[in-house]
Amino acid sequence: MDELKRKISFNVNDEQVSLEVDIRTSLLEVLRNELHLTGVKQGCGVGECGACTVLIDGEPIDSCIYLAIWADGKTITTVEGLAKNGKLSKVQEAYVNEGAIQCGFCTPGLVLTTTALVEKGEQLTDEEIKREISGHFCRCTGYQKIFMAVKKVLEDK
Amino acid sequence: MFDIKQVYEPMCLKSALEIYQNNPHLTIIAGGTDVLINLRHGKYEEVELLSLQKIKGLDEIKILEDGTIEIGALTTFTKIFRNDIINKHVPILAEAAVSMGGPQIRNIATIGGNICNGAVSADSAPALFTLNALLYLETANASRTIPITEFYAGPGRVKLQPGEILTKILITKDNYENFKGKYFKFSNRKAMDIAMIGVAVLLNTTDNKVNDLRIALGVSAPTPIRCQEAEKTSLGLELTEENMKRISELTILDAKPRDSWRGSKAYREHLIKVLTYRALRELRGNK
Amino acid sequence: MSYRVIGKEVKRVDAVNKVTGKAKFTDDFFERDMLIGKVLRSPYAHAKIKNINVDKAKALEGVVEVLTYKDLPNIKYATAGHPYSLDPKHRDVADRTILTDKARHVGDSIAIVIAKDELIAEKALKLIEVDYEVLPFVLDPEKAMEPGAPIIHDDRPNNVISSVGQEFGNVDEDFKNADYVFTGEYETSVVQHCHLENHTAYAYMENDRIVIVSSTQIPHIARRIVAEALGLPWGKVRVIKPYIGGGFGNKQEVIVEPMVAAMTLAVNGRPVRYTMTREESFIATRTRHAMKFYMKTAVTKDHKLQAIHIKAISNNGAYASHGHSIIMSAISKFRPLYNFKSFKAEPKTVYTNLPSAGAMRGYGVPQIFFALESHLDDIAKKLNIDPIEFRMNNVIQAGHVDPISKLTVRTFGIPECIKKGKELIKWDEKQELYKNQTGEKRRGLGMACFSYFSGTYPVCLEVAGCRIAMNQDGSVQLMLGATEIGQGADTVFTQMAAEAIGIPVDMVHIISTQDTDVAPFDTGAYASRQTYITGAAVKQAAIEVKKQVLEIASRKTGLKVENLDIVDGKIIEVGLNRLICDISEIALEAFYDRIDSKPITSDTSVNVRTNAIAYGVSFAEVEVDMLTGQIEVLHLINVHDSGTIINPILAEGQVHGGVSMSLGAALSERLMFDERTGAPLNNNLLDYKLQTIMDTPNIEAHFVELPDPTGAFGQKSLGENPTISPAPAVRNAVLDATGVAFNKIPMNPQSVFEKFKEEGLL
Ligand SMILES: Cc1cc2nc3c(=O)[nH]c(=O)nc-3n(C[C@H](O)[C@H](O)[C@H](O)COP(=O)(O)OP(=O)(O)OC[C@H]3O[C@@H](n4cnc5c(N)ncnc54)[C@H](O)[C@@H]3O)c2cc1C
Ligand code: FES
Ligand code: FES
Repeated sequence: MDELKRKISFNVNDEQVSLEVDIRTSLLEVLRNELHLTGVKQGCGVGECGACTVLIDGEPIDSCIYLAIWADGKTITTVEGLAKNGKLSKVQEAYVNEGAIQCGFCTPGLVLTTTALVEKGEQLTDEEIKREISGHFCRCTGYQKIFMAVKKVLEDK
Repeated sequence: MFDIKQVYEPMCLKSALEIYQNNPHLTIIAGGTDVLINLRHGKYEEVELLSLQKIKGLDEIKILEDGTIEIGALTTFTKIFRNDIINKHVPILAEAAVSMGGPQIRNIATIGGNICNGAVSADSAPALFTLNALLYLETANASRTIPITEFYAGPGRVKLQPGEILTKILITKDNYENFKGKYFKFSNRKAMDIAMIGVAVLLNTTDNKVNDLRIALGVSAPTPIRCQEAEKTSLGLELTEENMKRISELTILDAKPRDSWRGSKAYREHLIKVLTYRALRELRGNK
Repeated sequence: MSYRVIGKEVKRVDAVNKVTGKAKFTDDFFERDMLIGKVLRSPYAHAKIKNINVDKAKALEGVVEVLTYKDLPNIKYATAGHPYSLDPKHRDVADRTILTDKARHVGDSIAIVIAKDELIAEKALKLIEVDYEVLPFVLDPEKAMEPGAPIIHDDRPNNVISSVGQEFGNVDEDFKNADYVFTGEYETSVVQHCHLENHTAYAYMENDRIVIVSSTQIPHIARRIVAEALGLPWGKVRVIKPYIGGGFGNKQEVIVEPMVAAMTLAVNGRPVRYTMTREESFIATRTRHAMKFYMKTAVTKDHKLQAIHIKAISNNGAYASHGHSIIMSAISKFRPLYNFKSFKAEPKTVYTNLPSAGAMRGYGVPQIFFALESHLDDIAKKLNIDPIEFRMNNVIQAGHVDPISKLTVRTFGIPECIKKGKELIKWDEKQELYKNQTGEKRRGLGMACFSYFSGTYPVCLEVAGCRIAMNQDGSVQLMLGATEIGQGADTVFTQMAAEAIGIPVDMVHIISTQDTDVAPFDTGAYASRQTYITGAAVKQAAIEVKKQVLEIASRKTGLKVENLDIVDGKIIEVGLNRLICDISEIALEAFYDRIDSKPITSDTSVNVRTNAIAYGVSFAEVEVDMLTGQIEVLHLINVHDSGTIINPILAEGQVHGGVSMSLGAALSERLMFDERTGAPLNNNLLDYKLQTIMDTPNIEAHFVELPDPTGAFGQKSLGENPTISPAPAVRNAVLDATGVAFNKIPMNPQSVFEKFKEEGLL
């Protein structure tokens, strides 16, 4: 069975971790089941819904179709890593204030993608904003308030 | 969990090629957006993977001295879409790149994977077909270059030899200089969708007369194709309303779309004509 | 009425928890020794199991147990999340077992594997050997009713679950005397809820009781149905509902809970989790009924509606689930909108070999309004009259009493909604602008109205419980059996309790998790009932708490209770507005007074025997590409009459989400099946065309607030309402733009192409 294990280390939410992971697992499974970062959600497992999005070296990636061993040496941010000292990040605040959250299942992924956009600091048109978050399905909100939250926080920059 | 038995993670191309030569039964995985989906759906059992993720230097885009654009096979679609060289010289490829999947997919899916996966709906294919892109394939002790137009063997099948890895995609200067291009991806949604039809048109004109016109289609035959008849007929024609219509009609001589639940043959044929015409109209500009 | 908290944009009470990833959903709990369950699903649409051999699967290392129908009690049960009825005739059709010996649709549940991990479970599924006798199958409900059609359930030889209808007045007479008679056929397709969190649950045993943690809208009903399915006393089952990632009716259905209960029973109470994959979820949960309507309407010379005769067929799929209730809901809820002298509906709900249809946001009403509102526009067009005037000429008025249900319309906001929507979309101006278009792209405007109920009365029982306990600091715990499923219930209940007691919202601590062992009884989230029904319970419990507080204050001050009030957590003397003390002082007395100590609590239950009819309209502006057939919605405005809006920001959110669901149904969503095999073609989120943000237009939500006297705070329903009228409004806008009347949705590019061909436009 040892063949199936591989030792990897990576930085997750500003913490360095070293783990032995099963080569058959996805990053999603390691984050949720080993590190209990359950803010990472699974809505499909096949890259279609975006609920499992995490930032890998700052880029939004579907963790359900990312092999855990690939995380070796990477810097990963999950939704749990956004609030600092108990204070919500600007993006999180915008989601709360704009009413962009309903069931909340799509929220962690969207908040992370939005965070990546804010961090890149580019000027985006409305169409571009939509394009950049189009890899997330949300069945509850019709995207209206999500769009407003993203727009607000990008403008506040 | 994926049904994986082994993953090789070479750090450089050379060792990847060696491992592959010695273990030709391995399945290559680049971004994994096709491979891992297939695994999830139980299409492979106890697969042994050769992961290209850790290989550096295969994700670059550059212009060689002779003006050839070289794109590393591991370049992601996000990178292609945002790249200055691509946007300046072959914007049609940027259009194709941003049309595929959604941002998270584009952040990891590679152009090499898109090509080697052999899907008729691959969004990079029609654009690369019009650009007469060349594929640079390497094995541990040899290499060859093959036009992409000769690479596809059938739905989901490409002409990779055992032990061969696609390392670069090349677009020579004569294939992009003085050309304008347009890619229409027709799908039910504006994001996260597979093409029902893909139409790429690359045009070179003088005084509104066609010097060189290339039309390539996705999801219109068992492989991506070029519309030879329409292209041939167009040479020297002035792009009048009537001629653009005529050229668009001729695409059907090469296209062989199928009826499927994603779209009927009749509708696909109709779309090919309409989209070709619209691409021509847009490229020609207001004349 | 002026409120301090009601009607304010209070932030969601669960927002911070959700935005930080702390909110725990069913899959976020880890139990020791957890096993994984997987279900073997039928590859055939209709097949008898001749033989099933699980030996090889059982022998696989890591497999703990394999179950087939032979291992489970042979009890038939119904999965619909309705309140139980003491009258057996009024109960749902019990037509399924946890595992079956006959597959009735592709995806039917054949066997269960319980293993150490998912991969082993999946491999074991492949080792189960099933010998099927493949039977002929039928997907089309009209064919299913023909003589000689395959029989899906033996006790329904014609495959009709029910054909009970309704009527009033004399339809035949009115058609005989009619000035005009119009007919039309309208059809909707199979669509799905697509809540982002798939169905998931896990179960374990504590002593001889089964504990189930599940993503459900209806914990109390789930408990009952699990007990029924396994033949257990109801009290032996405990259901816990944490946060849930959307339901939209699909979790008003008890699907995975009996399975996980059976699984844990099979492994001596060890925890077992079963989470559906997305692909499974599409075929093994529920869908929205595809319906076909044959409408026939009599109209007078002065354009008054006279009689309507509706024949309808509802494709129920393989198991009854909510069955005929859905189309009965449709033919009842659409009535209190237009004045008809006579009405007759002949609906049929029919079994076919498709996955089962069940409850989905709107409960049959989106389907009937697609038909009715399309039909009305078709009639207006034929009569060459303005579709809005035509409607206005025929709407009911407040005071209207439905001849069958006897429900009274107390507030009727349609005229105001129409006026507002018309202005907002610039109806008259644009109508003028879009006349005589000939280009490649054409624009048009359309609108549609709807009516909907608040809860299920008088068809079902409407009870709701609420418990409030005050803490030493004057804050309260609010405990409910009603569920937060994303719609914002917890927040509006918090506001209601705060309002009625007189404390700030942050002094109300709502318990979001429902645990049937401790939560008050409430049937749960469905029928847009909670704000209206449970709201009444919250108000009643809060008033009781307030009364207890004021009694202590009165005892303390010698002032009469009537002269005291609680405002913002302070006890004041009414009129003088004199501050007496902080509520915490009263709370402390209640807890610790040596003589009179009696902590303040209230535990109430209401049985609501009213219904408030809610209304609304959609206005749509579209642009149609006449060559490719693509329809783009440029703008969509919904105006709702839902009585008092408790929380505008949440209300808007409901509207946005509901509208986008309806737009999906109008334009792109359709679950497809292979005619030759009955197998699903697009049961994943890439191929099932749920709209992305890029496909979704600007959606506007507006409200016309007419407080309903029966609502605790004047409120009426809102949750499901927005999913009703956008689809017909878009359809009517396409008619306006192109002159083409689409009578089937979705109007996806392929079907638009076909229709344009048929009409000679291409
Ligand atoms: C949600 C979703 C949406 C998608 N949408 C689109 C879309 O809109 N348009 C589209 O075209 N595709 C789409 N795809 C498919 C997929 O993302 C693309 O085909 C992608 O480009 C594959 O690249 P990859 O690096 O992920 O390939 P992998 O999955 O890693 O590999 C794909 C195939 O190519 C082989 N391979 C990869 N690299 C090499 C190499 N260098 N040399 C030899 N063989 C190699 C692999 O063995 C495998 O057979 C989508 C996929 C998903 C999951
Ligand atoms: S769970 Fe990863 S994209 Fe859906
Ligand atoms: S809030 Fe429920 S899916 Fe987005």
